[in-house]
Amino acid sequence: MDKRRIVVVGNGMVGHHFLETLVKAETVDHIIVIGEEPRPAYDRVHLSKVFSGCSPEDLAMGSRQMYQDWGVEAHFGDPVIRIERAAKRVVMGSGRACEYDHLVLATGSYPFVPPVPGSDNERCLTYRTIDDLGAIKAKARDSQVGVVVGGGLLGLECGNALQNLGLETHVVEFAPGLMGVQLDDGGSSMLRGKIEALGVGVHTGKNTKAIVAGDACALKMEFADGASLDTDMIVFSAGIRPQDALAHQAELAVGERGGIVIDYKCKTSDSDIFAIGECALFGGRIYGLVAPGYRMAEVVAAQLAGETALFQGADMSTKLKLLGVDVGSIGDAHGRSDSALSFVFSDGREACYKKLVTSADGTRLLGAVLVGDCSDYDTLLQYYLNEITLPADPQSLILPSTADKPSLGVGALPATATICSCHNVTKGDIIGCVDSGCVSLGEVKDATKASTGCGGCTAMLKNLLDDELVARGVTVDKSICEHFPHTRQELYHLVMMGEIRSFDELLQKHGSGRGCEICKPAVASILAALWNEHVLDRRHVGLQDTNDNFLANMQKDGTYSVVPRVAGGEITPAKLSVLGAVAAKYNLYTKITGGQRIDLFGARLEQLPLIWQELLDAGFETGHAYGKALRTVKSCVGSTWCRYGVQDSVAMAIRLENRYKGLRAPHKIKSGVSGCTRECAEAQSKDFGVIATENGWNLYVGGNGGMKPRHADLFAADLDDETLIRYIDRFLMFYIRTADRLQRTSVWLDNLEGGIDYLRSVVIEDSLGLAAELEQQMAHIISTYACEWQATLADPEKLKRFRQFVNSDKSDSDVVFIKEREQIRPARPEERLRLVVAAE
Amino acid sequence: MTALERSAWVTVCKRDDLVEGGGVCVLLGSEQVALFYLPAESCEIYALGNRDPIGKANVLSRGIVGDLAGQLVVASPLYKQHFSLESGTCLEDDSVHVPVYAVRLEGDSVSLGRP
Ligand code: SRM
Ligand SMILES: Cc1cc2nc3c(=O)[nH]c(=O)nc-3n(C[C@H](O)[C@H](O)[C@H](O)COP(=O)(O)OP(=O)(O)OC[C@H]3O[C@@H](n4cnc5c(N)ncnc54)[C@H](O)[C@@H]3O)c2cc1C
Ligand code: SF4
Ligand code: FES
Repeated sequence: MDKRRIVVVGNGMVGHHFLETLVKAETVDHIIVIGEEPRPAYDRVHLSKVFSGCSPEDLAMGSRQMYQDWGVEAHFGDPVIRIERAAKRVVMGSGRACEYDHLVLATGSYPFVPPVPGSDNERCLTYRTIDDLGAIKAKARDSQVGVVVGGGLLGLECGNALQNLGLETHVVEFAPGLMGVQLDDGGSSMLRGKIEALGVGVHTGKNTKAIVAGDACALKMEFADGASLDTDMIVFSAGIRPQDALAHQAELAVGERGGIVIDYKCKTSDSDIFAIGECALFGGRIYGLVAPGYRMAEVVAAQLAGETALFQGADMSTKLKLLGVDVGSIGDAHGRSDSALSFVFSDGREACYKKLVTSADGTRLLGAVLVGDCSDYDTLLQYYLNEITLPADPQSLILPSTADKPSLGVGALPATATICSCHNVTKGDIIGCVDSGCVSLGEVKDATKASTGCGGCTAMLKNLLDDELVARGVTVDKSICEHFPHTRQELYHLVMMGEIRSFDELLQKHGSGRGCEICKPAVASILAALWNEHVLDRRHVGLQDTNDNFLANMQKDGTYSVVPRVAGGEITPAKLSVLGAVAAKYNLYTKITGGQRIDLFGARLEQLPLIWQELLDAGFETGHAYGKALRTVKSCVGSTWCRYGVQDSVAMAIRLENRYKGLRAPHKIKSGVSGCTRECAEAQSKDFGVIATENGWNLYVGGNGGMKPRHADLFAADLDDETLIRYIDRFLMFYIRTADRLQRTSVWLDNLEGGIDYLRSVVIEDSLGLAAELEQQMAHIISTYACEWQATLADPEKLKRFRQFVNSDKSDSDVVFIKEREQIRPARPEERLRLVVAAE
Repeated sequence: MTALERSAWVTVCKRDDLVEGGGVCVLLGSEQVALFYLPAESCEIYALGNRDPIGKANVLSRGIVGDLAGQLVVASPLYKQHFSLESGTCLEDDSVHVPVYAVRLEGDSVSLGRP
């Protein structure tokens, strides 16, 4: 039997989610997706990130390769122009045709441009696709002033983008208030005040009559009330219209004001054709958010997999940060329900507004509005969604924090309560996941995808997880080992606060027993990060892990490798020759590492001081390849030589490597600096990565290669040198303070409550008031840096240990090398036998 | 190598050659012996064969010493298995042992007996 052919029209966010869900269901269908845009699906919700330095690739959700791996046939840049229902096929712009058994329309929507004379001017744009962004950026380059038409959710976000592009920004709204759909009058005027305070002009109640050539600027907007506004460019964000052209053409049922009519099964008036996402009209309503679209996609995929599933509408509550202002809207924000009661709290000084709408008897929450402070959003949303009985005095929920503020513990929620609305993860799902053994935030995220969308649910997810673990008596023992009833973070604070200088002192005051190979290196690293004493000092030497123990990396046969620092990967021919000469003299295997430097293998313990003496004499210093410490800062050649480079990436890499060399941390730290967005230094795979821009540097954090690769997150854009370094200082020190032992920045960030936003608030906004202390600590480390090998060679007491035998000058006779490709390598067991026999 | 008498003690090094809280290695004939110097413990010095039977390299003297549930151990620097300083048994796999040597500290001089 032939496979069923399932054709998806539109490869936006919802179309992509549909593919992903259907592929996961492992039906044996031939799946074909046809997209109008030239590229595979991307994250439209975070489109504006492109203005703060994200590249379009960072937004990608699907890729040609991914679809190929999934066995999905994909066509891009070729819209479907016709559905032939009788023949059950679709025809594309290129003339190609494609037959279907089931057709899924996921064509989304398009921006509404009011039919104002002059709105077709080439300086009038829209804001929906990556291509739109390119056009906006290009126009902004020769503009001083920009106007956004539309004061709704998208309009304000677009306003933010224009401001980021450095334009004098105005928002023009037809209605009397901003965000009229989500906010009531009080919330709306509070928001207006906040936005005006940011220097954005807000013009409400303005009906644009015409757009004509301007005097001071390129354009002039003329309003019905006689007023006018000069601007160089206009972005229309006055609402969306469902993309239902194909439905019209194929004579499917379409709503009065547009939208492809669907039923509970997401079927259109033709039962072989489904519609999902923003093009679909359900119950007379278009759902202009991504989560409801995802639900529709899942409903259709389930049916195609032979299950029953129904779409039953979706909640439209939203929480956003618009122009840096927190805004939340839940349910019936306007209090339109019959005999609803309203409770309003408004604080002009703190510029925050909160309103509750409850049932007439005050027991059920019907809606809420929050502006300026969204900290109550999660709690209120749960009251609303799960119809939980409100406390006797509902207003207490929105009054400023008092000690006895009733907080809705996650424990009170039913198992069906949605915790993550982006990925439709319920409390029950999380509990299931804990039952099957997940014990960390990172694991739960991996297993359920919860909190990997907008991130708004992270705090609640964390609380739930902690509650569940406690409830199960899985007192997740976070003690580092049997010798200390403390986490690494706690030990760090004990050492810092108590000014403890040695492991023995810490053990005496806060631990028991004698220590082990877990706590000793962890404490050694804490001591080093705080006081920076030599790791081989008498009281620290017994604490050091395998490689720190002899300032070199132990290999399988007990010999060592030697890695001198080559900051930024830049090396003079003379120094390069020294490495060659030393390697030849001591017969060391020589290899270029993945970190842009050179590793010399096969050094015996007793040879290490001799080798290092020669290297130090030639001006090398230790590369800390052995330490949980800064490793390398990779560079690309940058603006000095490369025709594309926009900044001197080599100089910056060297500066950073020399600044942080010797810094001990919970795990190794790597970095990279690229001279332009081509990213030849792979900075986005590093713990902190730096990429040059026309205006300075973009800083990325939390990247990782290795076992579980993670792309770094853009942390801040267009920084000057000094700000860049200040942020990195704070970031690294905050990581060192709060991470677990052997936790790279990637895992740390994934588990950090509040995620990257929280990290930004600590590092950039100094929300914990820690910044000065973190910088000071970093300054201490930098000012006390000394090459560990230099100090070791200068101290006979330390050198004593670099002997294979304390009672003999012989070397380890079990270390046997043989030659391969003109260099040495450890002999394998069978070769070793042969060699020994031959020797006899 | 000629076998040493049971009662024969061989002086191998001075107290000063030892590293407090850690290990060093001495050569006893052609055998490599790891000496761990723990002045606070009842024996002060513990001696095990230096060869890690799991990692198959002569490195035990370079491991971290400590205790696990009260038992004194050294963790191999290669793959971190624990060996009891008193019995030489591997805590992760009790079919694996390293030899244990008798040690004596007289004045400043350290001597070893046969296992
Ligand atoms: C020598 C080198 C391989 C090479 O020949 O190129 C190397 C060798 C080792 N790596 Fe690596 N890694 C080397 C580059 C990398 C890179 C590439 C890079 O840095 O750009 C990565 C992936 C990037 C990253 O870390 O995110 C890498 C990811 C790892 C990991 C996995 C880390 C992770 O978070 O998943 C480990 C295991 C660990 O650290 O727990 C590891 C551990 C090791 C150890 C230390 C394993 C060990 O304990 O014996 C190896 C011994 C080093 C030595 O000198 O004997 N090495 N290792 C590279 C030394 C770079 C340098 O100049 O310092
Ligand atoms: C700037 C911005 C910010 C947003 N912020 C949020 C937010 O914070 N939260 C939230 O929930 N939602 C937000 N949204 C809305 C969210 O992006 C949409 O709900 C979501 O993208 C809808 O997905 P979709 O797949 O239905 O439509 P789309 O993502 O628009 O995808 C439809 C695709 O179909 C293609 N197509 C159309 N016609 C054809 C044809 N004939 N043939 C082939 N292909 C065709 C289109 O080119 C498009 O690529 C935002 C939207 C924008 C623009
Ligand atoms: S990242 Fe850019 S500047 Fe650096 S080498 Fe590559 S192309 Fe050149
Ligand atoms: S609610 Fe958006 S990620 Fe969970």
